[in-house]
Amino acid sequence: MSVQLIKGNTAVIVGALYAGCDCYFGYPITPASEILHEASKYFPMANRKFVQAESEEAAINMVYGAAAAGHRVLTASSGPGISLKQEGFSYMAGAQLPCVIANIQRAGPGLGNIGPEQADYNQVVKGGGHGNYKNIVLAPNSVQEMCDLTIKAFDLAFKYRNPAVLLSDGVLGQMMEPLKFPEKAIEHKVDTSWAVAGNAETKKNLVTSIFLNFEQQELFNVKLLEKYEKICENEVIYEEYLTEDADIILVSYGISSRISKSAVEAAREKGYKVGLFRLITLYPFPKKELLKLATEKNRVFVAVEMSAGQMRDDLALAIECKRPVELVARYGGNIIEMDAILKKIEEIYEKVDF
Amino acid sequence: MVQEIENMRVYKRPESMHEVFERKGGAAPTATHYCPGCGHGVLHKLIGEAVDELGIQDRCVLISPVGCAVFAYYYFDFGNVQVAHGRAPACATGISRARDDAIVISYQGDGDLASIGLNETLQAANRGEKIAVFFVNNTVYGMTGGQMAPTTLIGEKTITCINGRTAEQAGYPLHMCEIINTLKAPVFIERISLSDSRHIKQARKAVKKALEIQRDKKGYAFIEVLAACPNNLKQDAQGAADYINEKMAKEYPVKNFRDESENAISVTRPKSDMSVEKLNEIFNTSDGTSEAVIDKDYKELQIKIAGFGGQGVLSLGIMIAKSGSAAGRFTSWYPSYGPEQRGGTANCSVIVSGDKIGSPIAYNPDILVCLNKPSLEKFAKDVKEGGVILYDSTIGDVNLPKNVKAYSIPAVEIAIEGGTQKAANTAMLGVIMKLGITRLSEKDFEDGIESGFAGKQKLIDINKKILKMGADWAEKNLL
Repeated sequence: MSVQLIKGNTAVIVGALYAGCDCYFGYPITPASEILHEASKYFPMANRKFVQAESEEAAINMVYGAAAAGHRVLTASSGPGISLKQEGFSYMAGAQLPCVIANIQRAGPGLGNIGPEQADYNQVVKGGGHGNYKNIVLAPNSVQEMCDLTIKAFDLAFKYRNPAVLLSDGVLGQMMEPLKFPEKAIEHKVDTSWAVAGNAETKKNLVTSIFLNFEQQELFNVKLLEKYEKICENEVIYEEYLTEDADIILVSYGISSRISKSAVEAAREKGYKVGLFRLITLYPFPKKELLKLATEKNRVFVAVEMSAGQMRDDLALAIECKRPVELVARYGGNIIEMDAILKKIEEIYEKVDF
Repeated sequence: MVQEIENMRVYKRPESMHEVFERKGGAAPTATHYCPGCGHGVLHKLIGEAVDELGIQDRCVLISPVGCAVFAYYYFDFGNVQVAHGRAPACATGISRARDDAIVISYQGDGDLASIGLNETLQAANRGEKIAVFFVNNTVYGMTGGQMAPTTLIGEKTITCINGRTAEQAGYPLHMCEIINTLKAPVFIERISLSDSRHIKQARKAVKKALEIQRDKKGYAFIEVLAACPNNLKQDAQGAADYINEKMAKEYPVKNFRDESENAISVTRPKSDMSVEKLNEIFNTSDGTSEAVIDKDYKELQIKIAGFGGQGVLSLGIMIAKSGSAAGRFTSWYPSYGPEQRGGTANCSVIVSGDKIGSPIAYNPDILVCLNKPSLEKFAKDVKEGGVILYDSTIGDVNLPKNVKAYSIPAVEIAIEGGTQKAANTAMLGVIMKLGITRLSEKDFEDGIESGFAGKQKLIDINKKILKMGADWAEKNLL
């Protein structure tokens, strides 16, 4: 077993290669560019295919092509680039094509800056492109998970024939941590039942997202919704830390969840009963589990995120507004400080009699 | 026009086209959805015939654009992929790169290819992708209702230029063959016309050639097809033919622009290596350290290193992180993107811990290393009580907090003496090592340098030397 100190962005490429991904198409953007750099270096070393695309739109449509051919294909970008790719997300969901897109979030809106943020939540988790569709969204919080969840994202994308997004941020992309390399490499096989691979077995297949007939288009939407239902039933992933007796539950994901965990430990040392509910899948959102926590005890929830409450809104919906939901947020490229979370915890204890 | 073609040669549908268009369905499942006199049907047939003649049906993948030919997959009996407006060449690139044996046909109209997808068109051509592009130029947006196209002729009336296109308002018609002919990579470029039987005969050869180039994996072929859109341009069959011959062909000369098919070299891309052995070799996985183990006795250590860009601030952090990792500790390294970076300074956080690391940012460092004055002034106040500040002696006198241990280190001087000023960071590392403040062993630091300069023996040697010089200096002056 090998452990190496590497960057989160590099770990995405490691994960993709061991997951049997053999095509990478991308366009440079800070702070996601190392993914492109590493792809350009490592993909050709294994005769895998790499193209630096002329634009984000071209990159996602190259992904569309290779995915239509049944291959495992990756692209990566950051906020402004993800906005440009939204057309492709919608078409891929509409054509039921699997692919993985890594989003190393930066601060916005507009050009913003290259500091980390988590404000692509809505554009990625809610869909972002046109039409009734969802992306499967996984949120790593370590370099190890940048690799492991990339592999998981490919598995889910192919299991459901749907785009999957690795929603990360500038901290996780840029930071180095030890990565334990995967022990197995997946030798992906083209699924001849739907792919268009330019051979006799797949000659009959058609990849499209157009249904001129309104009823047909509606039925297709229903079929998609049923698929999403299944995803919600079967694929929720989360972590709970000291939630059982907690008065206050921090709900967080990605880099914010690590700072939240430190805050939980510091708060416990001061005698506050605080727990952490860490989201690993953002879609599907762990609604049932959060609702249970909200129902069983008088609690206050605190969304901790680097956006102006985009995830908080889903949290409030998930717990059906049964409990108060507070927010600790930074944005603009700033990272949440543990002290801000502790301050919020103290404020809540002053106000609420648990 | 249809009558003419039938008289010419073809009496049956090509094998590579469906006999009954089941995907289309409806009341007339053997008729196309195209309007009478439209060029698409003729071009479909020419493609079908060429595919038959070349025996490549199984290998073909047709990309249907947005436009009237979005339903081209009703008709062609081979793999079909429908794609977003203008993105066909990018999609074609994806398919072609993934499937080297596929024969990829990008079928596009004028709005699709020359307007919204112009970038994709030019870049795919410029990369010399192994695709055949069929560009149907009928000077108008057909499916969306007759709007002006980039190829609309000057004076031609459309729904968005009701008095005729003017150069003042909309510029001039785009000549795609001519533009693509400025690029080096394309193998074959020809403009054909479907106006009458004489032209169709000529067109048939070009269509076949474009696909032959794909069969032989020789590269990019571009065929511009002058065709009619009788409905939108309000023409009858003869009017449409005359329009192409007399108006369009004047603006867009029907001719071959390039045929390098004889000289072009066949390019075969190797198969992807999916084996775990190959990946382990690429990443040299036999060379790693072992996994970190939980050791509650080793309390988390926060280190911040700051200075000007180019002083080796980030790499000093990496060396410490590698030392920690080599020692089986949990470690993280994070370069900061704070506003201070704008002034040309950089900083990084390193956390070394006996347990899983929470925040990777050293807000209140146990150790602060500063290689320049602004950083020292900025971060000194954040250092934990009882913490350590190391700064380069060239910084001079500064006011420092009372409750920390501060050392002025001649790191630059030591490095120069050791042979390279660039290694001031390593000299500093030697001091850190000797002070024992990281609770890592000397061997861990040497391992950190070995892995930091992976394989570059010369650099490893000089840095190990300077590491020792730093350590010796610390022993003599600080301990």
